[in-house]
Amino acid sequence: MKRDLAGIAAFALAVVALAVLLDSGVWLTFAMMALYGALLAQAWNLLGGYGGQFSFGHALFFGVGAYAQVIAQVTHGVNAWAALALAIAAAGGVGLFVGALAFRYGLKGSYFALVTLAFAEVFRIGALSVEFTGAGVGMMLPLKESIANLQFGSRRGFLLLIGGFVVVALLVTAWLRHSRFGARLQAVRDNEDAAMAVGVDPYRVKLAAIGLSGAFMGAAGAFYVQVFQYIDPGIAFGPHVSVEALVGAIVGGMGTLWGPLLGALALHALADVTRNLFGQLPGLNMVIYGVVLVLIVMFLPRGLTGAGQPLVRWWRRRRD
Amino acid sequence: MLEFGILFPSILNGVTTGAVYALIALGLTLIYGVLHIINFAHGALLMVALYAVYLLKRHLGIDPYLALPLVVPAMFALGYALQRVVINRASHGKDENILLVTLGLSIVLENLALMVFKSDTRTIETAYTLTTVQIGPAFIALPKLVAFGGALVASALLLLIVTRTDVGRAIRAVAREKQGARLVGIDVEHVYAMCFGIGLACLGAAACFLLPAYYVNPQVGSGFVLVAFTIVVLGGMGSFAGALLGGLLIGVVESLSGLLLGESLGQIGIFAIFIAVLLLRPQGLFGARA
Amino acid sequence: MTELLRLEGLSRAFGGLRAVQDVSLSVPGGTLTALIGPNGAGKTTLFALMSGFLTPDAGRVVFDGVDVTGRAPHLNARAGMTRTFQIVQPFAAQTVRENIAVGAHLHEPRRAAALAAADTVAARVGLASQLDKPAADLTVAGRKRLELARALATRPRLLLLDEVLAGLNPQEVAEMIPVVRGIVAGGVTVLMIEHVMQAVMNLASHVWVLAQGQLIAEGAPAAIASNPAVIEAYLGHGAAARLRGAAA
Repeated sequence: MKRDLAGIAAFALAVVALAVLLDSGVWLTFAMMALYGALLAQAWNLLGGYGGQFSFGHALFFGVGAYAQVIAQVTHGVNAWAALALAIAAAGGVGLFVGALAFRYGLKGSYFALVTLAFAEVFRIGALSVEFTGAGVGMMLPLKESIANLQFGSRRGFLLLIGGFVVVALLVTAWLRHSRFGARLQAVRDNEDAAMAVGVDPYRVKLAAIGLSGAFMGAAGAFYVQVFQYIDPGIAFGPHVSVEALVGAIVGGMGTLWGPLLGALALHALADVTRNLFGQLPGLNMVIYGVVLVLIVMFLPRGLTGAGQPLVRWWRRRRD
Repeated sequence: MLEFGILFPSILNGVTTGAVYALIALGLTLIYGVLHIINFAHGALLMVALYAVYLLKRHLGIDPYLALPLVVPAMFALGYALQRVVINRASHGKDENILLVTLGLSIVLENLALMVFKSDTRTIETAYTLTTVQIGPAFIALPKLVAFGGALVASALLLLIVTRTDVGRAIRAVAREKQGARLVGIDVEHVYAMCFGIGLACLGAAACFLLPAYYVNPQVGSGFVLVAFTIVVLGGMGSFAGALLGGLLIGVVESLSGLLLGESLGQIGIFAIFIAVLLLRPQGLFGARA
Repeated sequence: MTELLRLEGLSRAFGGLRAVQDVSLSVPGGTLTALIGPNGAGKTTLFALMSGFLTPDAGRVVFDGVDVTGRAPHLNARAGMTRTFQIVQPFAAQTVRENIAVGAHLHEPRRAAALAAADTVAARVGLASQLDKPAADLTVAGRKRLELARALATRPRLLLLDEVLAGLNPQEVAEMIPVVRGIVAGGVTVLMIEHVMQAVMNLASHVWVLAQGQLIAEGAPAAIASNPAVIEAYLGHGAAARLRGAAA
């Protein structure tokens, strides 16, 4: 645990250093978007990596958080930070709702993946058809720069904000790895029957995991809407966010502390490089994500951290 | 509003669309029944077939129905290759991996199409695309009627293949008992690939029947994928009768809820059924417990 | 000795197959008893019914005076009834220590305490040297010990061992027997499904025999071994008479 905490502290310092020292808008944006991707992957990792439940519709919670933030702030004049808390709670609540249904009826594996996809689609169509979400037009967050309004003049502020979320997610993940809850969650992932035989309640444990995972996705959604000041049903509940969350976690290494961060960094770096080489083609990003996903599953199923482990072990053995 | 003159055309429309849905779902349920994988790329592959039919008409002037002998074998070959080269290699013995690979495949295909064709919706025009036929109080587009007939014929052919041919027998053997089949000399890898190929061949046929009455764009696949899954889950994974019945049922449900709730909200009807079946009766109408 | 577990008229069918038919038995506390029978007799199904993995069609399961029929397995584990599995089920992605700790967590909320408890239990079953190994790397014997250790870590009052000796060579069996004896000596009631007759004869104070879902005999091991019905269940119809005829 101490080693994890030390690593997280170092990471937090690095983010602050970047926010203070970086001057280039391009680099600040890259760091910010990479960390945003990391948050998505970390959220997915809680349920998918540690819980073993693969969600293909994780955008559901992202969208709920995003819309909750906008609707609270714009339609009801709630303070931005209070709206953020609301967004996180709402997303977590939807997580608990979906989990209560899916796990109560024992959905696992492909069926669980399908049902999350279906829920995301239902919400997308709903948001498209209903007035208070702005229907197909979407909703806009007016620009009013101030920290009280969760809007920052430059990317620096946003970088620190997303860095903060990522650090919290890292801390929660580290706690999970060294707690009874985490031990039980991973037991359910590895063998649900055996876990039950030694006193673990799979329903309770999976429910807590999806609630937590949903809450972090909600934070990511609220963050997105503050940065881009616009949300619509396609962005909120569509496949793009679901895929980014999933691929980031798998590429980096499911069920690890640093995997999602690594995966998101790698994917964003790759996307940037290809954008520089081939220009901003619609769909190019997703093609890359898809290809990387297939390649990783075929050749490196434990992700980048999995590939790095033999190296780490070799280095440790040399050191002793 | 709910008088016969309004309901009947809607139901008729639903039944004709449903037959094509059934053909799509048959491929999916065959793949699941034998290989036990849920092919997330099914919709994207249908999109690929639709584009193939479109391009053949647009650039070579080949009528979609005449393109059947070209598209169906081509899709079969694609399916065979995909299973042997990509999907087979990815499982490492874990079902989740196959799930992820087919998902990745669908993402790649859909977005490649987006890059190449842009997001425009394309349709084709033939001599008969605008012809309608009158049945009772309803006017139904001729291509839809042909699609209905064609889908039923293709489904019947598929059933014949699976029940009467040697290939079909091998497929059923592998589906029931893989190791036993291997022991009696059946090349299981080959059968798996054949099965995947047949599943995609169904998509090829469905595409030829669909395009004259429908359209194609890169997102069309994701629309079909959830409908196909709903049908397969409703009918029961691995059940042919279930896929057929389920297809017709869902076609009608979609048409009616579109009538009652409007085009976009009507889609929710299907997903509501999907979620309800998954939660309350995951084995569907005819399937065995997964 | 007070009764710890009682089964009353337990029955369970799967479609047309009557896996367990009207089984009644009583397990006294502090004993080591065995459930034997030919393959397919329904022994593991009976364990599943006892521990809550299956719900009976008829009958009751009474654990320490409480009707626990059909209660979820994790609740039974918390009450003190833990089972192991015939086909071992390790948490493959985790180390031996982490595996056992999951069991220990039933009574230890804190991680450090659970891990320490895991170390202690591992030493009792002879896994101390393999604590840091991933469970997937263990041999069959190692996995059986892990299965046992993990169950032991839950501090059960009744331990249901399903073929914990299956797949072990004679040396490994000889090493396990004192371990099992030690568990009972420590106050745990043990009911084991076993095929290894040497162990059953050595360890059990009372034996139940299940064949085709029905209880056909019970009693002390020696009596069971010469019971004609039991011999027929294992060796086929008429075997008892043939053996008597050959001996004569």
